[in-house]
Amino acid sequence: MEFPEDLKYSKEHEWVLVEGNTATVGITDYAQDQLGDIVFVELPAIDDKVSKEDAFGVVESVKAVSDIYAPVSGKVLEINDDLPDNPEMLNEDPYGDGWIIKIEMNDPDELKDLMTATEYEEYVAEEKE
Amino acid sequence: MLEIVGVEDVAALFADVPSALRERAGLDLAPGLSEIEVRRQLETLASRNTAATQHCFMGAGAYPHFIPAVVDQILQRAEFYSAYTPYQPEVSQGTLQAIFEFQTLVAMLLGMEVANASMYDGASATAEAVLMALRMRNKRPRVLLSRGLHPQYRETIRTYATGAGSFELVEIPFDSSGRTDLAWLKNHLDDQVAAVVLGYPNFFGVIEDLGAAAELAHANDSVVISATTEAAALGLLKPPGQQGVDIAVAEGQSLGIPMSYGGPGVGLFATRNELVRMMPGRLVGEAYDGAGRRGYVLTLATREQHIRREKATSNICTNQGLMALALTVHVSLLGKNGIRRLAVANTTAAHDVAHRLAGKGWIAPFSAPFFNEVVLRRDDAAAKWQAARAKGILAGIALERWYPDLRDCLLLCVTEVHSAAAIDALTEELA
Amino acid sequence: MSDPTQKQAGLLLDEPLIFERSRPGRAGVSYPNSDKDPELILPAELLREPIAGFPEVSEPEVLRHFLRLSQWNYGTATTFYPLGSCTMKYNPVVNEVVARLDGFAGLHPLSPDDGAQGALEVILAVERILAEITGMDAVSLQPAAGAQGELTGMKMIRAYHVDRGDARRKVLIPASAHGTNPASAALCGYGTVQIEGNRIGLIEVDAVRRAMNREVAALMITNPNTLGLFEREIMQVAAVVHEQGGLVYLDGANLNALMGVAKPAHMGADVMQINLHKTFSTPHGGGGPGSGPVAVDALLEPYLPTPRVRRDANGLHWSSDFPKSIGRVRSFFGNFGMHVRALAYMLALGGDGLTQATQMAVLSANYIRRRLEGAYHLAFPATCMHECVFSDKGFEANGIKTLDIAKRLLDFGFYAPTIYFPLVVPGALMIEPTETESKETLDQFIAAMLEIAREAREEPDTLHQAPTHTPVGRLDEARAARRPVLRWQPVSPT
Repeated sequence: MEFPEDLKYSKEHEWVLVEGNTATVGITDYAQDQLGDIVFVELPAIDDKVSKEDAFGVVESVKAVSDIYAPVSGKVLEINDDLPDNPEMLNEDPYGDGWIIKIEMNDPDELKDLMTATEYEEYVAEEKE
Repeated sequence: MLEIVGVEDVAALFADVPSALRERAGLDLAPGLSEIEVRRQLETLASRNTAATQHCFMGAGAYPHFIPAVVDQILQRAEFYSAYTPYQPEVSQGTLQAIFEFQTLVAMLLGMEVANASMYDGASATAEAVLMALRMRNKRPRVLLSRGLHPQYRETIRTYATGAGSFELVEIPFDSSGRTDLAWLKNHLDDQVAAVVLGYPNFFGVIEDLGAAAELAHANDSVVISATTEAAALGLLKPPGQQGVDIAVAEGQSLGIPMSYGGPGVGLFATRNELVRMMPGRLVGEAYDGAGRRGYVLTLATREQHIRREKATSNICTNQGLMALALTVHVSLLGKNGIRRLAVANTTAAHDVAHRLAGKGWIAPFSAPFFNEVVLRRDDAAAKWQAARAKGILAGIALERWYPDLRDCLLLCVTEVHSAAAIDALTEELA
Repeated sequence: MSDPTQKQAGLLLDEPLIFERSRPGRAGVSYPNSDKDPELILPAELLREPIAGFPEVSEPEVLRHFLRLSQWNYGTATTFYPLGSCTMKYNPVVNEVVARLDGFAGLHPLSPDDGAQGALEVILAVERILAEITGMDAVSLQPAAGAQGELTGMKMIRAYHVDRGDARRKVLIPASAHGTNPASAALCGYGTVQIEGNRIGLIEVDAVRRAMNREVAALMITNPNTLGLFEREIMQVAAVVHEQGGLVYLDGANLNALMGVAKPAHMGADVMQINLHKTFSTPHGGGGPGSGPVAVDALLEPYLPTPRVRRDANGLHWSSDFPKSIGRVRSFFGNFGMHVRALAYMLALGGDGLTQATQMAVLSANYIRRRLEGAYHLAFPATCMHECVFSDKGFEANGIKTLDIAKRLLDFGFYAPTIYFPLVVPGALMIEPTETESKETLDQFIAAMLEIAREAREEPDTLHQAPTHTPVGRLDEARAARRPVLRWQPVSPT
C-alpha cells in the first residue's frame, strides 16, 4: 500500500496536496481498499463552504457507505466532474485521477493537525489491529 | 445428537434461560391436530364468511377481478414461495429475473422511468412516497393530501408522519365534479408545501386531472405524488408519468392477486431516474458473470437499513416478492392488448350500470369522468342496499362513514367478473 | 441470463426476459365484452396509447417462462436453507390450500362484519395464540412485515411518552441488532445510542445502566440476540430501563427459540413484533409477503393500531373506538392470507408441538455448532439457542473469505448461511437450521462444510472460483451498481 511522501493525511483517511492556498483532497489507498469496489460518489457544489472534520460528500461501495470529511476548512474551488460517472477511479488511482475536490483554505494553520506519510502509515498499521 | 452436543437432555440446552422464566413458560394451548382436522376447522371458518360467495360490487381499495389459472399454478411453485430475499444471486435467478420483469412492467404501467421491487401495499407505499418527498424538500414542512385520496391511505400517511419530524398534513377539498379542487390548491401552494398527493383514479373512481395539478405544484417547486388503488385503470388511462407526476405509487392487487380480506397485496412504487437513490425498497439490476452471462442482482443496497441503519431511506427490508410475481405473471398473460381490453371491459361495465341506475332514480353527484367505480345517491340508498344484500348482492359501499357530507351515497364497483345476469340482478334490486 | 450468441447454453438455461419472448399479436388471456371503443365512453385526452414494449406472449409460453425461472431458485422446499436469523423452516402445503379457500381468498375487506365472521375468528384466534406464546396482553395483526411491526411498536412507544407529557429523544440499541432497529427508531424521530456487548456478545446490566437516563424512550433488544445467545440478564436490564421510565422493545425475530421456554412478557418486554413468516411457517415468498403482528402489555394496549376485533352479543366486529390508538399503518387488516396460514400451522402443532419445535431447533443448532467448531472459528463459544455464528477467521493465509465459503456451499446444493451479519463478528457465517431438517440433512450439510474447510486449506482456488454448478457464476455487483440497469427498455421507445 502506497502513501506518497508529498501529501498530508487525516485520521478519516483523506489525503491533502497543498499548492499555495489550494488544498486538493482525495481518499487514501487504504481507504479505497477498505471500502472495496466504489460504485457511487456524491460531491459538493462549487463555492460550497466546508469545515474541517465535517462531512462534505459520500462514497459508496457495493455494501458500505462512508462520509468524506474535509481535512481543512474553506471554499470548494473545483470538483472532479469525472468521478460521478467513473467512481472506479477512486479504486484505480486514488492519488491521481481519483482526486475529489480542491479547497481554497481559510486557515493554512489547520494543516498542522494533519499527519505525514510516515505518521499515517503507523496510524493505519494500528487501526488494522 | 444429544450425545454429540454433550448434554443429557434437551432441557440442559436452555440452562442460560433463567429458571424464573422457564417455570412460567408453559403453553396453555390445545393439543396438535392432524391435517384433516386442520382442514375441517379452517373450512368451517371459511364457510362462515358468507360475503365471500355473494356478488361483490365493492371496490374502495380492493377489487374483485378474474385471475387466470396460470397465475396460481406459478404461485404454487414452492421454488418461488419457499425462497427468501435473493441474497445469493447464483441460486436465486428465478426470483431476481421475475422482479426485474416486475420493475419493468410497473415502470411502464405508471409511465415512469424506474420502479422498485415492491412495497407492502398501496397505503404504506403512499406513506413512503410522502416521506421521500419530505426528504427531497427538507426545508418544507407541509404536505397537501386530496380528500379524494383513499381515507385509509390518508390515515396511514398520518401514522407514518407522526413523530418522523415536525410535518403538517393538510387536506385539499374536492369540487362538485368529484375532482380535487384545483382552485383551492392554487391558493394554498406556498414555500412551505413539500408535496401534493392525489388519488388516480381517486376514491370516488373519478379520473383526476393530474396534469393540471402537477403544473400548479411544479410552479411552486412542490413534489407531485399520485396513488392508484385500482391498477387495472392503468391499462387505459394516461399514466401518471405522462402527466408530470414525480412519484407514482399504486396498489397492485387488481392484477393477479385475490382480495383475501385485504392482504397480502403489493405496493407499486415508481419515480424518475434522478431520484432513484432517494427511493425506499429493494432494487434488482442487471449484472454479468465472469463468463459474460447475463443475470440479475439486488443492487443500490446502500440506501437500505442493513447498511445505512438509522440513516436509511426506509426501514423496509422485505419486498412483496410472491405478490409481485403474481402481478408479473398476470400482466405477462394480458400483454399489450389484454391489459387495455381488461380496462375497457371494466369501464364499459361500470358505465353501463351507472346509466341503467340513472334511469331508476339514482343521481350521480359528481360530473367528472370515472373508471370502474361510481358514486350514486338516492334517499333510500341504505334500504336499497339492505334489500340487495338479502338477495346475495353486495351493492357497493356507503360513503358516509368516511364522508359525512356524502349521505345516502353508494360507491359501486363493476368489473369483468360481473356477469350480465349479476348486473341485471344488481340493477333490479336497486331499482 | 440469456445470451443468444452463447451457443453452448442449452435450451433450458437460455430463458430470455418475457419482453424478449414477445411477438406482435400474441396474447395469453382474453376477456369477453372488451371490444368496445373506449373513446365512446371516456374523453380521448384521458386515455393512453397501447403500452409500448408490453409483452405479447401466448399462455403456454408464459407458463414455460415462469416454470423455467422457478427452476433457477433454491427454496426450503428443494434444499436446506440455513439462512441465519431468517428461520427458513418448512412451509406446510396444507397452509397453501386453506389460504386459497374461496371463503378466505374471495372475501372483500369491506364486507359487512356479519358476512365475515369466519375471518374475524381467524384473526382473533391468531391474536389469542400469539398472546399465550408471548405472555403479552394484546395483539394486533395489522403490520405487513417484521420491519413494519417494529415501526408500529416504536410509534406506540412514542405515543405513550408523548401522552404522558414526557417526549423522550433516544433509543438504546445493542451493536449486534438488526439494521431495521435503528432505521425504525429513526422513523419515529429518535436518535440511537449503541450499547456494546461484553466479551461473549451479551448485553450486561451495567452497560445499560450507564447509558440509561430520562431522555431514553426505550431499549430495543433482540432475545436471543443475533449471535444466537440468550440474554441472561434480560430481566435486570428491563428493570433498569423501567426504573427510569423507559420501555422495552423486544425484537421477536428469534421467537423460534422461545416457544414454551420463555415468554417475552416475563422478561420485561412491553412490546414486540412477531414474524409469522419466520416462527409460524408462512412462506417467505422470495422476500415477501411477510406478516409482523405486534404484541403489547396493558400499558401500551390503548395505542395499538386500529381497527381491532371486538366481540359483542351479535358476534365479532371491527372497532376503531380507541382514541389513543396510533391509527393504521396500512390498508385494511394486515396480510390476512398469512394469518390463515399461521393459524393452520398453530393448530397443527398445538402447544406441545410448538414447544417441541423450539427444542428441536435449538438442538439442531447446537449439533451443528459442536460438529463444526473444530473446523471453523466459533465467534462466541457457548451453548447457543436456535442459531450459531462462525467466521472466516483462520483462513486468511489462503485468502479465503466468508463469501468464498458461502459460494462454495451453493455448489454442494445448499443455500448459504447469512453472511457478514451480525456486524460485530467480522466475516460472520450465521447458521440457523430450524427444527424441520432431519439429522441426515444436517449431517450432509456438515460434511459439505467440512469438505469446504479442507478445500480452503488445500485447494483455495476451488473456493475462489465457486460457484461453478449454478446457472450463473458470481455476478459483477460493482458494475451493476456503478451503471445501474433497473429495467428492460423497448428498442425504439415511442
